[in-house]
Amino acid sequence: MSQIYRLAEGGRIDRSRTLTFSFNKRKYQGHPGDTLASALLANGVSVVGRSFKYHRPRGIVAAGVEEPNALVQLGTGARTQPNLPATMIELFDGLSAESVNCWPNVDYDVGSITQWFSPIMPAGFYYKTFMWPARYWMAYERVIRRAAGLGKAPTQPDPDIYDKMHTHCDVLVVGGGPAGLAAALAAGRAGARVILVDQQPELGGQLLAERAVVNDEPALDWTNSAARELAGMDDVRMLSRTTAFGYYEHNYVALLERRQTGPSNTANGSRERLWKVRAKQVVLATGAIERPLVFADNDRPGVMLAGAVRQYVNRYGVTPGPRIAVFTNNDDAYRTVLDLADSGVRIAAVVDVRTDPVGELPEKTIARGIEVIKGSAVVRAKGGWRLDTAEVMALDGSAETVTGSVRRIPCDVLAVSGGWNPAIHLFSQSGGKARFLDDTACFVPGASVQAERSAGACNGAFALADCLAEGLAAGASAASAAGFTRKSRRKKPAADTVGEAALRPFWVVPAVGGKRRGKHFLDPHNDVSVADVELAQREGYESSELTKRYTTLGMGTDQGKTGNIHGLAIMAGMRGVDIPTVGTTTFRPPYTPVTFGAFAGRDIGGLYDPVRVTPMHRWHVNAGAKFEDVGQWKRPWYFPQEGETMREAVDRECLATRNAIGILDASTLGKIDIQGPDASELLNRVYTNAWKQLAVGRCRYGLMCTEDGMLFDDGVTTRLGENHYMMSTTSGNAARVLAWIEEWLQTEWPELKVYANSVTESWATAAISGPLARTLLGELTDIDLANDAFPHMSFQEAHVAGFPARIFRVSFTGETSFEINVPASHGLALWTALMDAGEPYGITPFGTETMHVLRAEKGFIIAGQETDGTVTPIDLGMDWAVSKKKDFIGKRSLNRADCVRADRKQLVGLLTENPKDVLPEGAQIVSELKDRPPMEMIGHVTSSYHSANLGHSIALALIKGGRERTGETVHVPLVGGTLTATITDPVFFDPEGARLRG
Amino acid sequence: MPLTLLKYGLRCSYPSRPFLPDEREAKSTYDVVVIGGGGHGLAIAYYLAQDHGIRDVAVIERGYLGGGNTARNTAIIRANYLTPEGVAFYRESMELWRDLSNVLDINLMYSERGHLTLAHTDAAIRTMRWRAEVNKHLGVESEFVGLDDLATLCPELNLSRSVRFPILAALYHPTGATARHDAVAWGYARAAANRGVHILQETEVTGIVREGGRVIAVETNRGRIGCGRAVQAVAGTSVQVGAMAGLRLPIQPYPLQACVSVPVKPVLDPIVVSGSLHVYIWQSQRGELVMGGATDPYPLHGTRATLDFKESLTMHILELFPFLAEARLMRQWAGVTDMTADFAPIMGLTPLANYFVDAGWGTWGFKATPVAGKRMAECIATGRQPDILKPFHLERFRDFRLLGEKGAASVGH
Repeated sequence: MSQIYRLAEGGRIDRSRTLTFSFNKRKYQGHPGDTLASALLANGVSVVGRSFKYHRPRGIVAAGVEEPNALVQLGTGARTQPNLPATMIELFDGLSAESVNCWPNVDYDVGSITQWFSPIMPAGFYYKTFMWPARYWMAYERVIRRAAGLGKAPTQPDPDIYDKMHTHCDVLVVGGGPAGLAAALAAGRAGARVILVDQQPELGGQLLAERAVVNDEPALDWTNSAARELAGMDDVRMLSRTTAFGYYEHNYVALLERRQTGPSNTANGSRERLWKVRAKQVVLATGAIERPLVFADNDRPGVMLAGAVRQYVNRYGVTPGPRIAVFTNNDDAYRTVLDLADSGVRIAAVVDVRTDPVGELPEKTIARGIEVIKGSAVVRAKGGWRLDTAEVMALDGSAETVTGSVRRIPCDVLAVSGGWNPAIHLFSQSGGKARFLDDTACFVPGASVQAERSAGACNGAFALADCLAEGLAAGASAASAAGFTRKSRRKKPAADTVGEAALRPFWVVPAVGGKRRGKHFLDPHNDVSVADVELAQREGYESSELTKRYTTLGMGTDQGKTGNIHGLAIMAGMRGVDIPTVGTTTFRPPYTPVTFGAFAGRDIGGLYDPVRVTPMHRWHVNAGAKFEDVGQWKRPWYFPQEGETMREAVDRECLATRNAIGILDASTLGKIDIQGPDASELLNRVYTNAWKQLAVGRCRYGLMCTEDGMLFDDGVTTRLGENHYMMSTTSGNAARVLAWIEEWLQTEWPELKVYANSVTESWATAAISGPLARTLLGELTDIDLANDAFPHMSFQEAHVAGFPARIFRVSFTGETSFEINVPASHGLALWTALMDAGEPYGITPFGTETMHVLRAEKGFIIAGQETDGTVTPIDLGMDWAVSKKKDFIGKRSLNRADCVRADRKQLVGLLTENPKDVLPEGAQIVSELKDRPPMEMIGHVTSSYHSANLGHSIALALIKGGRERTGETVHVPLVGGTLTATITDPVFFDPEGARLRG
Repeated sequence: MPLTLLKYGLRCSYPSRPFLPDEREAKSTYDVVVIGGGGHGLAIAYYLAQDHGIRDVAVIERGYLGGGNTARNTAIIRANYLTPEGVAFYRESMELWRDLSNVLDINLMYSERGHLTLAHTDAAIRTMRWRAEVNKHLGVESEFVGLDDLATLCPELNLSRSVRFPILAALYHPTGATARHDAVAWGYARAAANRGVHILQETEVTGIVREGGRVIAVETNRGRIGCGRAVQAVAGTSVQVGAMAGLRLPIQPYPLQACVSVPVKPVLDPIVVSGSLHVYIWQSQRGELVMGGATDPYPLHGTRATLDFKESLTMHILELFPFLAEARLMRQWAGVTDMTADFAPIMGLTPLANYFVDAGWGTWGFKATPVAGKRMAECIATGRQPDILKPFHLERFRDFRLLGEKGAASVGH
């Protein structure tokens, strides 16, 4: 059984080569140029999938992206792709695909028993059942989840590469059919930079499915010459296998290019590419999508769209079956009839709902002796696994009932056409509103909202001659709007006009005797039938949006590209209004589903997020440091020696710093260079304390609040010169603080003459701290380090170990400390020099954990740890840093009733009853212990450590009215038992500050 | 109800009795006018009728039922908040949720999948411990879990240490749940209508008529409707409707986008949230992966979809679940969220004696639907702010009694 339905000739396939592929584990053959769908049809495979809800057998319906049934799982292992329409998969040798949503296989699917229960599974039945008793829903859900879901996601990371391109153009033309090609030619000839995208492997669009004539030659010859002409233009880029899936604001259009059609191979580069195009002008030439007519059991395999049947015959040299009947309300389906007849395929009959089809094409059909059954409709598709009979009855004049006897027409395929819907998806995404055309009963683009125009079938101009004319006009006007008006003497493409009669708007075939039997599917993908929509309407889900949500109409992977309008028509009929009154769906991106991989591109794994490291990073790595993520920075967390636990390492680092000398890489601290005559004024406004009197060469600690008076960031800022400051911020907040300053400068204080600039990465900072810090620094510099020559909170410029340096005498550890800043390129050398010179003094590198312990011993806060956006400087006991006189951001808020409450949470220290217990950070504090929760929580632990220097644990906490409670005993109930602690002053060590000033 | 379904099934025809109420002619005046026919507004109407016997109520909706943020949220329900006020409030909501399918006689598909908030930094760990402790004190199931537990709770997660921001721990909320969001609006609408409430769709409020510190009527595109009391529950347009009543609400609108994938067979059981990676994800009953991220960075009233949202969301998703690169994104949308300064709602009394607000619902409104409805109804019926709503009073912005729920927001802001 090899390619039994392959026609002897015709089609754009390469018959000289045979490809072998497998479907549901059986081997078949096809040719290059086939899709999986056309190859399956050629091999007589009629059942390709099972439906979502009822698991009914389903066959191929369409030939493009609109395919609702033939969804397959392509490939296996890490590269397996679920739910791809077989109509969009180009055949390659060794392709392997399987049906989705069936078990054990597509022919004998256990899930299909659900269709016997379909009478009790109407629209929204989920909402009415599975709820007794309510707690069992979770169990029902498990079963339902397994039954739903279609294909399987891979379980392994995808080895393929996805990349992105950013580009601009004057005119972006979407669609490579006759209108799009004509538009691209016109725009290109005018001199515009053009991008032409088409989702097919070759240009031509609908012409690929037709036996049409342009300029008195076969249309595809014209297509080829147009493609050649475009390829010869310097500024034209043609992208095939590329879908424009998203139309965003400001003519920003996203394209997905499928770059590998065979088996994926990373050696061939990216599998898919996301193009991000900013176009001056856009021409939409996206064609149209055929819609079906709806009758009983219209989902039977063998019922297809007429245009798709034509495409299989003309493009792929395949007839979907040996005996084909046609059911239509328009002239276009007669093209299918005539092409089939020309290829020698037997036409069982043509059923036309119109009583007197008068166009050229029906006349030709009749003249050829093909039976046309007028004024009639197919009422039911019969057959087992696939269609074998179409039942036809006459329509009465108003088409509201069917009458007479049933005529049974034996056929293997029923080609159905209910007319065409312009593909207005991208237009809708661009923000435009559709309008309804009564004569062709379809939505077309209304007024443009962006710099965009539609041409051809997507604009409701279905005739080839009109497509070409509209395309040329749209291309020329788009180019002209983009500033390109060069005239061309080239011949304009033209086609003969075929005299087509009007279609008869027709949606659902009336039920025999008014009682509907069988299922009339509107949305075969989601198994939504006419009865479902009617039920939803009767139940009161009148709005089309409600009906859509209740029935899931159009919410499947095909997003209802074929059947949505039937739903609207049924609703309109029931409500006695016209279709546009019921409404149209707003189409949202993406037009067709897009892989996560393509969106993410290269920004995954190692390139997910930049890693920032300091100039001394290599040294830390070699020293065996453990690192901590602080924003994007990698900071040394602690430096364990061999066999040391974290606690041991931190204890050692803490003791060394207090007793000798420690060294910290502080390069990550945010550094903002602030210059200008109003620099002092700026600081005065953003910091809570006063800055105008700070002497040059002196440092000051400052607090920043947001408008609500809550602490935002803190740091030391130094006056380097009269109009020049260096601000330091916390590592994590550096960018936010700069943005904050910029926002105020640009929006509120444009009159201030001051500039702020991030210099964080220009400087490397080594902070040496401890009683021997001065001694060590003295060995490496020749300036006077004596306390009165270089006091605490001051700054000097000097050479350290031969490098030009800014030395800040500031301290976050409570010890005498010098923060030595050198240009970043000298950072590692400075560090190494300090380590070498410090060795005799026992210099000990320490990380963020030790820094946290040491500062907590001193009761120094960390913004973001002791604060959470609800803590004021006063809550932290830092009134001394809040000016009573001048204004600053947040000042007014600090006077609000709630900010001066006595029982606000305030920063205090906690000492546990047992000095060995370390309270967990985040633990809740209660004053009155009860047997079980709830207990009134009066605060929480913000920082908590074991202090090697003090020999016991310490903690900082925010407690309601905490300062007044000093000395009180509180409790911390935890899962393993309750800890008891005493409230103390938050400064545990050297409260006078003798050590850091000494 | 299952029996009736069977009965109809055997007859092959279904009831013509509407599930949702018929559209009615608007009366000239109502005791209570509820502006906004989303989950919150419909719930307020239901509880007014059910708990307080106030049945002379109209719900006025400019579009269709539940068509605003009720239709656009990602249907996650949890109570593991940070402030005691927030936890107590959402705990009551979850208690109502659990029984709601039976109360409203509609399967809301309330599914306690469990909710995981991932910690990638030391600071996040601290906040999660804090949340877990507050939650436990207030009777909300919530615990801090390490990597071993995580590997059991969600084996699909990439727990490798060699990624950019390794997962260090998580806050686990076993009762975290999802529900069928549309059905919540439908259920409340039907239950309210069955108790006499009028639901007026496609009716837009264009003005609010005041007289002497009271609201006396609302102007609509269908004409003036008098009212004894009025309440607004209009997420996304709270500021504009509030302004009609002369209120200045401290709210800024930020778009929040979300999307779903093509359905696939079950790959993920719990709801997974990562604040540091700005992403949340769960898998619906249909198999779609439902995903969202941070709000857009600037205030806006539009509900457009953007490309950069999809780009950043998917890279975060692939960092957590690298096997999803072949999953495909199918549908994307946006809602407008009403952000307040303290990430907490504004509920209850206003300076107008008979006008009430239910606003400021940011990205956390859906989960509060039942409790907001119930307590707002109480507030309207009694004219007093119920205790549980006291922290959410509009006045807090005057006094600066802010709540500080930012640490517990699942999405970045």
